[in-house]
Parts: sequence; C-alpha cells; structure tokens
Amino acid sequence: MGRKLLTEHINVEGIHTFDVYRKHGGYASVEKAIKTMSPEEVVEEVKASGLRGRGGAGFPTGMKWSFLAKPEGKPRYLVCNADESEPGTFKDRYLMEKLPHLLIEGMITSSYALGARTSYIYIRGELLYVLRILEKAIAEAYANGFLGENILGSGYSLDLHVHPGGGAYICGEETALLESLEGKRGNPRNKPPFPAVWGLYGCPTVVNNVESIATVPWIITNTAAEYAKFGIGRSAGTKLISAGGNINKPGVYEIELGVPVEEFIYSDEYCGGIWKGRDMKAVIAGGSSVPILPKELILKTTNGEDRLMTYESLSDGGFATGTMLGSGGFFVMDDQTCIVRHTWTLARFYHHESCGQCSPCREGTGWMEKVLHRIEHGHGHMRDIDLLVSVAKQIEGNTICPLGDAAAWPVAAAVRHFREEFEWHVKHPQAATAPGAVFNKSESVLA
Amino acid sequence: MEQTASVNQVQFSEGAMAEIRRYLSHYPADRQKSAILPILHIAQAEFGGWVSPEVMDKVAEILNIQPIEVYEVATFYTMFNLKPVGKHVLEVCRTGPCMLRGSDQLIEHLENRLGCKVGETSADGNFTLKTVECLASCGTGPMLQVREQFYEDLNPARADQMLEDLKALTVRKPWEENY
Repeated sequence: MGRKLLTEHINVEGIHTFDVYRKHGGYASVEKAIKTMSPEEVVEEVKASGLRGRGGAGFPTGMKWSFLAKPEGKPRYLVCNADESEPGTFKDRYLMEKLPHLLIEGMITSSYALGARTSYIYIRGELLYVLRILEKAIAEAYANGFLGENILGSGYSLDLHVHPGGGAYICGEETALLESLEGKRGNPRNKPPFPAVWGLYGCPTVVNNVESIATVPWIITNTAAEYAKFGIGRSAGTKLISAGGNINKPGVYEIELGVPVEEFIYSDEYCGGIWKGRDMKAVIAGGSSVPILPKELILKTTNGEDRLMTYESLSDGGFATGTMLGSGGFFVMDDQTCIVRHTWTLARFYHHESCGQCSPCREGTGWMEKVLHRIEHGHGHMRDIDLLVSVAKQIEGNTICPLGDAAAWPVAAAVRHFREEFEWHVKHPQAATAPGAVFNKSESVLA
Repeated sequence: MEQTASVNQVQFSEGAMAEIRRYLSHYPADRQKSAILPILHIAQAEFGGWVSPEVMDKVAEILNIQPIEVYEVATFYTMFNLKPVGKHVLEVCRTGPCMLRGSDQLIEHLENRLGCKVGETSADGNFTLKTVECLASCGTGPMLQVREQFYEDLNPARADQMLEDLKALTVRKPWEENY
C-alpha cells in the first residue's frame, strides 16, 4: 500500500469540518510558514520539492511562482483553477468535496508565499454544491483566525473567495479563466504577456490547479526533501488518478508516481481489472486530450520495458508509441468498445467547447466531428480517414491556446493506432452500424 | 419605453438580493462586472430555471453595464437556459467516459420514459431533457445533473426512481430555508 500524502485522512468522520481537520494536523503549514519562514523561503521550498503542476501540463509549480512579477503599487493574485472539466478527470471534485480545508490551507500558505492579499478559487459552475462546501469551510477558517485581517497575529492578511464558472471547458485554460473571472466570455488571451506579469485585472497573477495547491501544505509541513523522496526522478511525489471506464473499481486513487500501469489496472488496490471478465482494448491515460494507446503499448514501451505511472514513462516513444500523464484522467476501454464512436464523442466535445476565437479550432473541430459522425454512421469514404489526420495536423499548433492541440491529438492517435477499425467502418457500413457491432480484428483479416 | 417597463417588472427577492450583494463584495469596487456569472446563477434559480432578456437587462442594471455585456456572457456559457424549461432540467452527460459506462442507453431510456426527445420538455411540463458534456463524474457514470444535484451510477430502475422523487419534490432556492 503506497503512502498517501494528500488523502491520508480523507475517510475520517467529519474531516470536512475545521475542528476534525485541525485535530489531524491541519493548518500546520500556515503556522509554520507565517511564523517561521519568509515568503521567499516558502517559494524556494516548493521549488526544491520538484512538484509539477497537477492540472495537466506538468510545469514545475515553484518555478511558476518564481516568475511572478512584483511591481510596486500593484496587488498580486493567486487564483486556484478548480474548473475541472477534462473528460475522464474527477479528482479535484473529490478532493474539494471531501477535504475542503486542505485546499483552503494550501491557498493560505501559497498566498502568503506569493504576497497575495485577495485570492480566488474559480470552480466550474456545475459544481455549485461543492462551492457551498468550500464556502462553509472558508467561513470556519475566518472564524478561527486563519483568514481575514492579521492571520495568527502575524500582520499578514488574506481574503479568499469562491467564484463559480458558467459551464465552459475552455475556462480551464488559465487566461480564459482570468477573462471569465473578470466577467467576460472565456476567450483565451494572446501570450505573452503571461499571467505572472499581466493576469487578473492586469495584475501579476499565479493560476494553479487544485491538486497542486493541496500538495503545498504537506511540502511545507514536512519539507521539500521529504517530499522528493516519493516518486521517481522528475516525477516527484504522489498523484491523484481518476480511474474510470470499463474497470471493476472506478474512483480516485492517490498513487506514488512510479506504480507500473499494469499493476494500476489489474491490482485490487486500484482499478481491480476489466469489468465483466472482458479483455482490455485501449486506455486514455491522462484525460481525453492525450493520445489513446492500445493494450500492448499502454502496458509496455516499444523497448519492452514496463510502462510506469510517471510523466516520463508514459510519454516514452513520443506520440508515435507513447502518450502523457496529463491530468491523470485514466479511463479504460474494454474489447466491446467502438473506437470510432468513442472518438466521435470526444471530437464532438471539443467542437462544443471551442471558444470560436481561432479559425483552425473553430472550423477544424466541427469538421472532424462531422467526418467522424459519417464514418460512425456508415456514410464514410476511405479518403475521410486521411482527411481526419490532415485536419488534425492543421489545427495543431495553430491556435492561441492548447484547446486546438487537445482536440487534434485524440483524433490523430485513434487513427494512428486503430486505422483498421476505421477502414472496417467504411468498407462494411451495414455490419458496422448494426446495434452493438464491434470491430473484430481476426474477422476483418478474413474479409 | 416598453423595454424599461419589462425590466421594471423583474424583481429579485430579498434573499436573492442578499446573495447578489455578498458576491459583489468579493471583487474590487471598480471590477463589479466580475460578479456577472454568480448573479446569472442566482437569476436562473430565482426565475424558474432560465434567464429571459428582461432578466438579463435587470442583471445589467444591477452591475451598471450595458445589456449586451450580459447577453454575450449568458450565450457563451452553456449552463444558462435562454428559453423556458420544465420544472426540472435533466442534464445527461454524454462524453466518452460516460458513454463507455452506458450513457447512450440512459438517454434512450429517458426519452422513452418522458415521451420526448433530447432538447424537448415532457408533455406534463415536469422535465426538460438535455445532453451536456463531461461533468467530472466519470467514475460514477452514467449520470446526470438536476440543478445542483448529481444523480450517479444510473441504471433504468434508479433513473425511474429519480423521476418519481423529482416529480414530488418542492424546488427550493439556495438562499431559502430548508434548502
């Protein structure tokens, strides 16, 4: 059983309340940071821990903090990105619902490090019930002197507010999130300037994912050196994995980075194997944006090494034969899954969520959805398969924000690894559109 | 002017206004527009699950901004219904991870039960059926959302029970007692 750093007490009765959370060591990082460390020392500690952004990009958190501009006379902001919307990902919701004070503690310690006087948690609008849990917990933190004026008599003051979004995946992109927080449409901004210089209301701002901020208390309380002992190399610490799809035990698992993928899928400690006694066909390992991999490539790299749950191992082989750890949205497909239909739902998702600002994304996502729809529904042509690849290629890298890449990668990867299945849909439209029909490789070879 | 007359007919309750004032206090004095999404959520809960042009005009008035600034936001974010809806809006997740766990079948089952298609309202006015994209509930799919509540791990029997429970439910607003 791996060590849990974030979720050790998650099942303790009443842990969502201040008193119980405090009794289990909660808010120790605030006391330690405010009373014994300078803000710069907190930043250095997070830098030394090797913590990488847990929202998906994996950029070192301490490094991001150190870029924050500090011009005279301008407030600085910390904004928590709780707009968790990447299909397959539900770890932040779980964490906030069960351990609201952990996020609040992380926000206070991090805000102190960054010199923020006001901070926001931007939570996706669909999670209004979680917003109410957080607001209750914030009120408790105020009542106990951990928020508001002169925290613990230190002279440091902080206000923390929760802000609901309105239903838009794009607001998980940090500059779109800031636009949205300013009361506008969620159109990503051109960069530079980056939020560290020009963020919320034109002020220097750091935007961090829920899980990243929730990791800060452990690092500060137990030191960076202790944190770095977990994980492997540049994949330090633990990671929350949202496990879903056709497995026996879906849920959120905190793993030490480095667990073999095979163990994660088949061990009873985690996913518990494939449901209904079926075989595994494919996995999307890091949220819907990352490339899908067939069974043989998700379990082993092309060098024959066991694939591990780390940033490096999952991306071994590049996009040709590898994928990404991303947000840790890990979902498994059994042998009855139609890859074409599944890819179509993802393309539809990205089409729906494109903000419409850049033409390659606005037009390309709709185009890919349309082509996938016709292949799935028995009206496809062979040339459509290469058309998908070509459209994906023309979106990738040609947009203001990464939504374009996120839309292109899953389609390109599905064709890369499951081209035969697309061809079968085109060649045998009647068979492919029959209810419950699934491509069977061996039959296809005979045909 | 007709426009002004209809805006004047829109009245938030005292409970809703208190919520609005609470949100306004979260943002700098010269950045009150930030409260637009929270206020639209309050408006939608206050006025029967949708926001009419008159309601949006009222929101603009509260924020002291142009109505177009509210329209462009309300039409961008998918949570705001711009047309009247039934007593309950069923928002069924249909993205890949939920599809793997049976959302296609759940949608079909609900269409049959309610006698209406996705995008329509049942004849008794109780339910509007919508499909939405990923609700961050992938481990517990298929699932759907009604206002702030998630209904997860749905099979036909559980979905039918949910419909019965919802029919009998008295809808309360977040700032009301017993919410």
